[in-house]
Amino acid sequence: MSDRPTYTLKGDTGDWEVVLGLEVHAQVSSNAKLFSGASTQFGAEPNQNVSLVDAAMPGMLPVINEFCVEQAVKTGLGLNAQINKYSRFDRKNYFYPDLPQGYQISQFEHPIVGEGEIEVDVEPAHGDPAYAFTVRIERLHLEQDAGKSIHDMDPTATYVDLNRSGVALMEIVSKPDIRTPLEAAAYVKKLKSIVVALGTCDGDMEKGNLRADVNVSICKAGAYEKFRETGDFSHLGTRCEIKNMNSFRFIQAAIEYEARRQIEIVEGGGEVDQETRLYDPDKGETRSMRSKEDAHDYRYFPDPDLLPLEIDDAFIEGIKVNLPELPDQKRARFESDYGLSRYDAGVLTADAESADFYETVAKGRDPKLAANWVTQELFGYLNKAELDLSTTPVSAVQLGGLIDLISSDVISGKIAKDVFQRMIDGEGDPADIVEKHGLKQVTDTGAIEAIVDEVIASNPDQAAAVKEKPKTIGWFVGQVMKASGGKANPQAVNKILRDKLGL
Amino acid sequence: MSDLTKLTLTAAMDGLEKGDYSSVELTQAFVDAIAASNASLNAYVVETPEKALEMAAASDKRRADGKAGRLDGAPLGVKDLYCTKGVRTTACSNILGEFTPTYESTVTQNLWDEGAVMLGKLNMDEFAMGSSNETSRFGPPSNPWRRAGSNATLTAGGSSGGSATAVAADICLAATASDTGGSIRQPAAFTGTVGIKPTYGRASRYGMVAFASSLDQAGPIAKTVSDAALLTEVMCSHDDKDSTSLNVPTRDWMSEVGKGVKGMKIGVPKEYRIDGMPDAIEKLWQQGIEWLKQMGAEIVDVSLPHTKYALPAYYIVAPAEASSNLARYDGMRYGARQDGDGLIGTYEGTRADGFGAEVQRRLMIGTYVLSSGYYDAYYLRAQKVRTRILQDFEAVFADVDALLTPTCPSAAFAYGEKTEDPVQMYLNDIFTVTANLAGLPGISVPAGIDNDGLPLGLQVIGKALDEASCFRVAGAIENAAGFVAKPEKWW
Repeated sequence: MSDRPTYTLKGDTGDWEVVLGLEVHAQVSSNAKLFSGASTQFGAEPNQNVSLVDAAMPGMLPVINEFCVEQAVKTGLGLNAQINKYSRFDRKNYFYPDLPQGYQISQFEHPIVGEGEIEVDVEPAHGDPAYAFTVRIERLHLEQDAGKSIHDMDPTATYVDLNRSGVALMEIVSKPDIRTPLEAAAYVKKLKSIVVALGTCDGDMEKGNLRADVNVSICKAGAYEKFRETGDFSHLGTRCEIKNMNSFRFIQAAIEYEARRQIEIVEGGGEVDQETRLYDPDKGETRSMRSKEDAHDYRYFPDPDLLPLEIDDAFIEGIKVNLPELPDQKRARFESDYGLSRYDAGVLTADAESADFYETVAKGRDPKLAANWVTQELFGYLNKAELDLSTTPVSAVQLGGLIDLISSDVISGKIAKDVFQRMIDGEGDPADIVEKHGLKQVTDTGAIEAIVDEVIASNPDQAAAVKEKPKTIGWFVGQVMKASGGKANPQAVNKILRDKLGL
Repeated sequence: MSDLTKLTLTAAMDGLEKGDYSSVELTQAFVDAIAASNASLNAYVVETPEKALEMAAASDKRRADGKAGRLDGAPLGVKDLYCTKGVRTTACSNILGEFTPTYESTVTQNLWDEGAVMLGKLNMDEFAMGSSNETSRFGPPSNPWRRAGSNATLTAGGSSGGSATAVAADICLAATASDTGGSIRQPAAFTGTVGIKPTYGRASRYGMVAFASSLDQAGPIAKTVSDAALLTEVMCSHDDKDSTSLNVPTRDWMSEVGKGVKGMKIGVPKEYRIDGMPDAIEKLWQQGIEWLKQMGAEIVDVSLPHTKYALPAYYIVAPAEASSNLARYDGMRYGARQDGDGLIGTYEGTRADGFGAEVQRRLMIGTYVLSSGYYDAYYLRAQKVRTRILQDFEAVFADVDALLTPTCPSAAFAYGEKTEDPVQMYLNDIFTVTANLAGLPGISVPAGIDNDGLPLGLQVIGKALDEASCFRVAGAIENAAGFVAKPEKWW
């Protein structure tokens, strides 16, 4: 692992650094909402998944969904975080048509999960060395989602869909430990891999089930270190919060834009206003949503309809013993059991599907060969074709069969790539493809000798030259392979050539 | 047949059981009485005579089949705070418009499950905010009691003024009510009826229009302590739909009523003796102490030193919770709506139009005390006071079984007397808010009349979950007082 690089942005007054802290909202995987029995199923007709509680009818009361509590604790354990045996729900009061109660039930003062930390791997794009860094988690709390306001169905009216109203969210707040746009994306990826592995959130960013608010500020070299020593935020610049981003690409682009914007303001003699901003992916810029002066006074206070949430050690232990293998643990196991590099192990354990796929391919086979075929050939193809493992044309069993053919010298590695292409094209099992197209490696020495003889005979000049320069034997190997249609066993070709040429 | 409406609930249940009359006959008597008097009394804001007679007929059938419940066939009134399926429920606020719930509150469901009959919905202060029922969108009910020699209409108290009026005027056998700061006990005291606020969490708040969640508690107003005990037994239950509902069994409280107070230790808190309290109330309190002594109770002077902070703390906590609880009335999904300029205009129009002046005042106070910068000074401090008040009670309850106090610092007053000065109105709750802040059971029992001939109540406050002692002491006072006075019928 390499050292963590410093990310700097050039300004007129010198170099600037960025400081980032993220608030990630992850929708809890649960059949029912946080405080009502209504369904959370995605894609229902508008206002179908709405109970009397969700619609805030008079006299309706929230009742905690214990499964959501379990999911939050599970996530906390996955973040190596303190689980708070006492937590409490507070009301965050504001008026909006998609907030039927007129308040969101959240956890303000006493979250269910306290401080934790996770290690995040970063793989820079331009061939710079990979590195890892630690993000300290400040807290995780449970809260209700709001409904959805739809402004574009009617020129004068806003429509409200309350299906999401009351759905459980986990808000995961990081400390300002993130220093580059790429790190921010990597952090969200890591969180996603953890919650998906735990089954506490499906991580579906397109549906908005995982989304991030990013706090961005800028500072000069050295200031951040002073902040870390003292905990004094005045060493850092004024932060702006960019709300609700649901793609890694947008997160990075928004941070880059926002950092530049702040540098321009400060270098122009201005001051950054503490405000909430929105990223517009079409224009590639952030714009002000509301300033600090317009900020709501949320009038937080403990929700008197709910008792404090008290959990005991037995509850936590019960969850702990049933925790699935987490991405970090899995990666460590892949490194030690399969002898993979940290990088390959990381790629293969980024999500459970990849890891399961790999383990099926690697079972009883050369683990490194299996890793190469999965990460380079298959993932390379899937990326290019914009597919993923759920839509892969090549199954783990088929890819395993291909590796078996290589390992048992039925085909060469080179031929294997042709076979792989045919598998992608839907020709079926590798053994059948090899059979059908006659791609079996020729190991019959007699047949190879005949080809070698012919090649030497047709190229007397080269045959003479190779005796002076034995390294050029490669040319002959190539000619023989070509003449065999690529099917000759390369080792056998090499040996026979050397014999015949007297090398 | 004598006038069935004069019966107590327990006597009516006996009569139904013996077959002296049917529920239909009994119910018809009340339906007729309501029809004849509600225009004057304004106790009911919704009358449901057809539903009542249907329910009564069904009850008679159940009784014939030997399947009668504990309240089978008993015609009751329901405070308009309780959501009743298919029957308009507005908490007497304009903002709820013609809101008709599709669901039933747990408390009323408990009543129907035991066979009770609904006569209609009873008047109350808007969202239960008031001590005189004057904030109701339907105007106040009239207390059946009047000062001797006066025709002035008096308040039946609030917020359960309609419930108290209906019980006192014999236009229901008994009624549900609710108590956030005294809204059961004060109207009971003003009308010569019995009202109990059980321990917080005894009765479910599901389907009760919320005022202040941590203080609201359901309870009955009835003609006798036994009637109140019977209704309390049926109204209370553990309910999974209310997270603050207590998972404790209800008790056989009716059997407590006649047990007497011999050997009990009753505390008399000195802080409840306040300046300007009418002599009649002071004298009645002394009389109550004497009765209990004579019946074998030991009287102990006790101190609840933080009592004087209770009323200010209450008027911070209750509006704070209300300001949030009432945010849902925004004109977006149900109730009245006043379209205005854009979203903000619609909010402002709807809420300015829909909420009355007192509700608006409390929403403003509540919003203010929760605001950043003021939260610690008001809300947080009030919660600390609340803890102190609870500790005061816990300390004295280590030594005594129950406390005896007046219910209110005055008898029923006339309309308009206290509406000019909200603080004067709030002061009416001074002896009752403490039980709400501490979550304790409190019962008001009529014990005498003042010089004007108006009823006065004494309050018994018990330990948490010890309604039993409240019923015992209240039963003893009821017995000793022999309170049989009824208002002279003018309506």
